[in-house]
Amino acid sequence: MTAPPPDGAREFSFDGRAIAFREGQTIGAALTAAGVTSWRTTRITGEPRGLFCGIGVCYDCILTVDGRRAQRACVTPALDGQIVRSDDPAEALPLTGEVDG
Amino acid sequence: MAEASVYELAVIGAGPAGLSAAVAAAERGLTVALVDAGAQTGGQYWRHPDERHLDAFARPESSGHHHWAHYRDLRARLARAVEQGRLVHLPGRQVWRIDRDDTLLTLRTTPTSGADAADAAAAPERVVRAERLVLATGAYDRQLPLPGWTTPGVMAAGGVQALLKANQVTAGRRAVVAGTGPFLLSVAAGLADAGVEVVAVCDANALSRWAATPLRAIQEPGKLREGVGYAATFVRHRIPLRTRTVVASVAGTGRVSHVTLAKVDARGRIRPGSERTIEADLVALGWGFTPQLELAIGLGARTRVDVDSSLVAVADADQRSSVPGVYLAGEATGIGGAVQSCAEGELAALTAAVDAGRSDDPRARSRLRRRIARGRRFAVGMHRASPVPADWTTWLAAGTTVCRCEEVDAGAVRATVHDLAADDPRDVRVTARPGMGLCQGRVCGFALSCLVAAETGRTAEPIDLEPLAKRPLAAPLTVADLALLADGKD
Amino acid sequence: MSAAAAPRSDVVIVGAGILGAAVAYFAAAAGLSVTVVERGSIASGTTSRCEGNLLVSDKEVGPELELSLYSQTIWRGELAEHAPQWEFEAKGGLVVSSTERGKRALDVLVAHQRGLGIRVDDVVDSAALREIEPYLNPAMAGGAFYPDDAQVQPVLAAHHLLRLARGHGARLLTHTVVRAIRVSAGRATGVDTTAGRIDAGAVIVCAGPWSGEVAALAGVALPVLPRRGFVLVSEPLPPTVRHKVYSAEYVENVASSDAGLQVSSVVEGTPSGTILMGASRERVGFDTAFSPEAVGRVARAGMELFPVLAGVQIMRTYSGFRPYCPDHLPVIGEDGRMPGLWHAAGHEGAGIGLSVGTAKLLVQSLRGEPTDLSLEPFRPHRFDERPAA
Repeated sequence: MTAPPPDGAREFSFDGRAIAFREGQTIGAALTAAGVTSWRTTRITGEPRGLFCGIGVCYDCILTVDGRRAQRACVTPALDGQIVRSDDPAEALPLTGEVDG
Repeated sequence: MAEASVYELAVIGAGPAGLSAAVAAAERGLTVALVDAGAQTGGQYWRHPDERHLDAFARPESSGHHHWAHYRDLRARLARAVEQGRLVHLPGRQVWRIDRDDTLLTLRTTPTSGADAADAAAAPERVVRAERLVLATGAYDRQLPLPGWTTPGVMAAGGVQALLKANQVTAGRRAVVAGTGPFLLSVAAGLADAGVEVVAVCDANALSRWAATPLRAIQEPGKLREGVGYAATFVRHRIPLRTRTVVASVAGTGRVSHVTLAKVDARGRIRPGSERTIEADLVALGWGFTPQLELAIGLGARTRVDVDSSLVAVADADQRSSVPGVYLAGEATGIGGAVQSCAEGELAALTAAVDAGRSDDPRARSRLRRRIARGRRFAVGMHRASPVPADWTTWLAAGTTVCRCEEVDAGAVRATVHDLAADDPRDVRVTARPGMGLCQGRVCGFALSCLVAAETGRTAEPIDLEPLAKRPLAAPLTVADLALLADGKD
Repeated sequence: MSAAAAPRSDVVIVGAGILGAAVAYFAAAAGLSVTVVERGSIASGTTSRCEGNLLVSDKEVGPELELSLYSQTIWRGELAEHAPQWEFEAKGGLVVSSTERGKRALDVLVAHQRGLGIRVDDVVDSAALREIEPYLNPAMAGGAFYPDDAQVQPVLAAHHLLRLARGHGARLLTHTVVRAIRVSAGRATGVDTTAGRIDAGAVIVCAGPWSGEVAALAGVALPVLPRRGFVLVSEPLPPTVRHKVYSAEYVENVASSDAGLQVSSVVEGTPSGTILMGASRERVGFDTAFSPEAVGRVARAGMELFPVLAGVQIMRTYSGFRPYCPDHLPVIGEDGRMPGLWHAAGHEGAGIGLSVGTAKLLVQSLRGEPTDLSLEPFRPHRFDERPAA
């Protein structure tokens, strides 16, 4: 395995916290490697959820990526500088009337 | 080749079946579009790290894979076909709708992940037109609910493996792998080789079920070699394989901390007093696979219930579906495994090529048919040896979540049947909402039909399974994307 | 099954959608013995493919409006205790116009509606609109608010009405097909089904858009035709759309007889978090095939009202067939051409709202009581009558 790229570690921000990842990994994989197992709570009972099916079928793993809501963490590639936020079912849609993200 | 043109063949899915079909068709002279939801080829079976960043990963891309040399060959042939302009590869796109008239199939696509969404409206590959179509959409893990299965750290076995193979990430430190079927062995071995402590592999069925299968049925040399490989891994890592054992419940706050195992009888009923609780932080569940069928159903392809109780699409001996111009390959015709899928893909391509006026290849045709038949016999044997236990619904407590998306528990399903006279899965779905969330019943559909059957005393028929798999939108897409259809032109 | 052993009900109801369920409820509650026969499962027809509208805002003056107001009092009165079970929401409806000219036309309609007893509030401009609905397109010119428009979950309504009916002794046979309507000396006397023969004092056809087919089993012509509509269902969202919101063109399209595709926007939220978007209307027989154009136009129209919807994902679409009659009024009551044969069908896009009023009136008539509203305008045999010379 070669040394990491000289311009520094790849990182994205998750709820303000820096998460390191290897290029080519998904957001879900990077969060799992960083010990984060849930990033969402369910609408009715408020249960924590993270990865379940891992291949894009179950939509349990959704979070917000660069302003786009309901993105599946398991099929979304992690990119340097992404702003990832956990999903809050009660958070209102933006009021500006503009398209989200 | 310009994207706006009409292809002679479109192939959906770039796993073993689709990749084999696309390459074979291009090599037989057809113009091909290969549309795939994945960012790169391989599907689930050959999931591997992002090829653009292999140097970032600790282990080679082939780690844990079977038939890897065959995949590399297909991948190289794909690259050549692309270079020569015979094939266009469209990765990262989900087909959400196929419309068909007498001469043309129109595939409408949407980006798999939002990163590509910005270009979506402008992208010419949003619509792909073809004269013929191979559906090789693969399969996904079948799931059965159990108390505590929504706790983070419980994952589908296929998802645990995808994390391992594509991301080289382990989903926990101490794992229980449970369910039924030989795939559990593959997942457990992969976890163990990656340094995870696999504390138990639990199969609900007994090994004696394999003895009931005629020896001929398991004459798959590749499978026997695989089995020997797993056995060695198990011995090396001292992984206990517990048969007639299930995960009865999972406990943990915010994350799995304990798993309760229990012995079951031949029908899957838990033997009281057999429970033992162990510590674990990862549970990988696998009950076989079920095909992604909505595109086939949307086209009107005939379906049937296969030996493993999955709804599958009907294919003839040459991989034709019941819809003219539409061919099937891989898991869509019945869960079978990679070697069979490759053969089906090649045969579908051959059939499509002949239907499109290219010359036949009778030797290849009979070779492929033989391989497919052999694979099918093995698959049938495997399914018969590893069925979903008949009385699994007895594991469910009233508060056990059945539909994860909409948080509908077993008690609500039962009440809908008994108090509201909802007597089939579709009725329960529209009344109590299981299957009405983002996954649209993909995860809970099978379990729901079993549970409703258990509560009503009616057995699940194909007519019950099909409505749950009927999805005019095969993937969610934005209002803005849908609005693009408004003018009746693409 | 021999004739001597055939079970007998006062009433046999064909169809377990919202109309069949409502009729079963009122009949059973009034002490009649009831059997409901449904070829599928409860609400498996149009009732599970609509939005659950209880509207006064879109009704034309006349019998339909009266029936609508009457129905509203029943939903909110004698059925109020069950409201939580079918997610009754007295949310009100907002009709929105995108142009000044449209707003002026709406003002004329509103003044007229007030004269008929419909409660309606003026919403004078864009700012006022957005106080009611914050996410509404700021380019909207103005609108009108109808506090009495409401919503239910129609599938729950049908199931619970039938549960209550069964509590009063009604029998329900699902997955049972009516093969024939038995007629004796010109009178309907029962049905033959795949589960055997049932004799009855009255056979009530509540088969939605298939009511014509069922009536034909008795040799009677009932011109109920399907008008297809699509609904788009969004992913679950936090509360975004507070009321039912529709563009002013909606009212025109409801009344139109145009066969071609008509689309006008209707958007509403639901307790489950999804937003439902409609509404398209087209006459294509019973073709359930997905129409990209209809779905696309519904999507576009919804985005024009609520721009924030552009990035929202649609998880599901479904189509349903509104049952309508040529004069856009339902058929309710005994068929003048065949005693013993009754109908409660043809409510077009208003079936859910009008169901309980329809059912109560029909049961009154069945029992020989005076009806709270005249059923004359809804008489099923009206299409056979010759116009006055």
